[in-house]
Amino acid sequence: MNIVVLVKQVPDSGAERTLSRTDHTLDRAGAELVLDEINERAAEEALRLKETADAHITVVSMGPDSALDAIRKVLAMGADRGIHICDDRLHGADLLTTAKVLAAAVRTVADVDLVLAGDAATDGGASAVPAVVADLLALPQVTHVRQLDVDAGRVRALRETENGQTTLDAPLPALVSVTEKINEPRYPSFKGIMAAKKKPVDTVGLDDLLPDADGFLVSRTRVVEAVPRPPRAAGTRIADDGSAGRQLAAYLIAQKLV
Amino acid sequence: MPEVLVLVDHDGEHVNKSTYELLAVARRLGDPGAVVVGTPGTATRLMESLARYGATSVHAAESKDAAEFLVTPAVDALELAVRDTSPAAVLVSATTDGREVAARLAARLGAGLLIDAVDLDSSGVVTQIVFGGSYTVRSQVTHGIPVITVRPGAFEPEEHPGEAVERTITLPVVDPATSARVTDRRTAPAGDRPGLTEATVVVSGGRGVGGADGFELVEQLADALGGAVGASRAAVDAGYYPHRFQVGQTGKTVSPQLYIALGISGAIQHLAGMQTSKTIVAVNKDPEAPILDLADYGVVGDLFAVAPQLTREVAARRAVG
Repeated sequence: MNIVVLVKQVPDSGAERTLSRTDHTLDRAGAELVLDEINERAAEEALRLKETADAHITVVSMGPDSALDAIRKVLAMGADRGIHICDDRLHGADLLTTAKVLAAAVRTVADVDLVLAGDAATDGGASAVPAVVADLLALPQVTHVRQLDVDAGRVRALRETENGQTTLDAPLPALVSVTEKINEPRYPSFKGIMAAKKKPVDTVGLDDLLPDADGFLVSRTRVVEAVPRPPRAAGTRIADDGSAGRQLAAYLIAQKLV
Repeated sequence: MPEVLVLVDHDGEHVNKSTYELLAVARRLGDPGAVVVGTPGTATRLMESLARYGATSVHAAESKDAAEFLVTPAVDALELAVRDTSPAAVLVSATTDGREVAARLAARLGAGLLIDAVDLDSSGVVTQIVFGGSYTVRSQVTHGIPVITVRPGAFEPEEHPGEAVERTITLPVVDPATSARVTDRRTAPAGDRPGLTEATVVVSGGRGVGGADGFELVEQLADALGGAVGASRAAVDAGYYPHRFQVGQTGKTVSPQLYIALGISGAIQHLAGMQTSKTIVAVNKDPEAPILDLADYGVVGDLFAVAPQLTREVAARRAVG
């Protein structure tokens, strides 16, 4: 079984994140970059499948040189090889270009049975790259999954969204994105970290993946303006003297919120 | 006027409020055309409501398959409707399904996608709030027909009664090798409460609520205010309340008129999901709780005393009004 795991390096969401003044893209230089935690869960799911079936796991990441760290981390967890998509022309890529490039990288892996990804990065927010990759590869989209069974050439999964839960069924090959509920990812062992250094990672560029990309567009949208929002300031603060509920009600009535 | 296509969110019988919001904002760009994807007969049932909220045409994309496969029937329907009408834009609610539909549509059209709009002007410039509220970004689509997902609750529905023309879209047969089949559906039991992302009032509980039982008090206040119930990640992780109600970076992003945080300290992950709320009220025992630093009205006190008192006051006010 051939599994591809898509991973992304993001700025640490616990730290302050800023946009570049020149082109309004994410300021990576000023941020601590980490492997997005949700990707570890996608990788963990791949590794669990590898434990029960004969599987080969390829990790794919698009990003600058530093994205190699994210790939190495998943290799240290137990994946077999990496593909690092690194090309300056991809700076500022929109969701569609990102998905196109990732899909092209998946196509370079022979006989893929399963593409795994996290369901939502902490820095983008569209939560839709996996869905677009599925569209481009004509794979069934099995996204936002909190429970996954792969058996007898089929995927059965529990999808969880704000509308409740649905059970999904699809044939392999398929694309699956996982939620943070799916598992607890393992920590790379020391042995794993050492072994990862020797595992193969191919670095590829745009010309390798989309050699005849006519009219390549890095983005189909343009930021007109990006303004930091002033932090919200605290308003009225009271300590409860037994009447806080009544005072709060009076405030809400005055604000016409009740 | 060009048409502006709006994907209708519905449960088969009723149109969701977020769709009325889309119809209202669509009028800034052109004539709203509502695209209904569902089983045969759905569009006829929804026609009157859609026309009342401003749809000038209703595109019925109906098939037996439509409800049985995930996302792809809606993408197919919108793609066909776009080829038919060459709209000025396509608007979809920024729900989990909506985002996936919009992104796949944009990919098929080779068009620009703008996500999570909180405002939209007549020239098509969209306002977004990113990084958990730390930046306001204004963006526009430079290539293709703009596909825009709109944050539920960002606009007010407006009645705009008129006649809607019904059109038919013939959906292709779904290829089961390229689409996931929905074999079971357990809809979130909604009760009488509005949906979390579309509610004008959200009352959320955190670890301070102390347990599943404590959430009754959160629910009572939400019900008195006609609002939705939310929960912090800490409360969800502790098993106090189901995950689908989680507000924050790894849950839902909400932007109600009023957000009341009960026993929530205000971890950055939580703030990312609610700090664009118009008015924030927080009740917390701990005077150092970060949420008090951004609350418009903060109460340092015991939520078990403050919340029931507030609920009674609100209920009394409602009874008089």
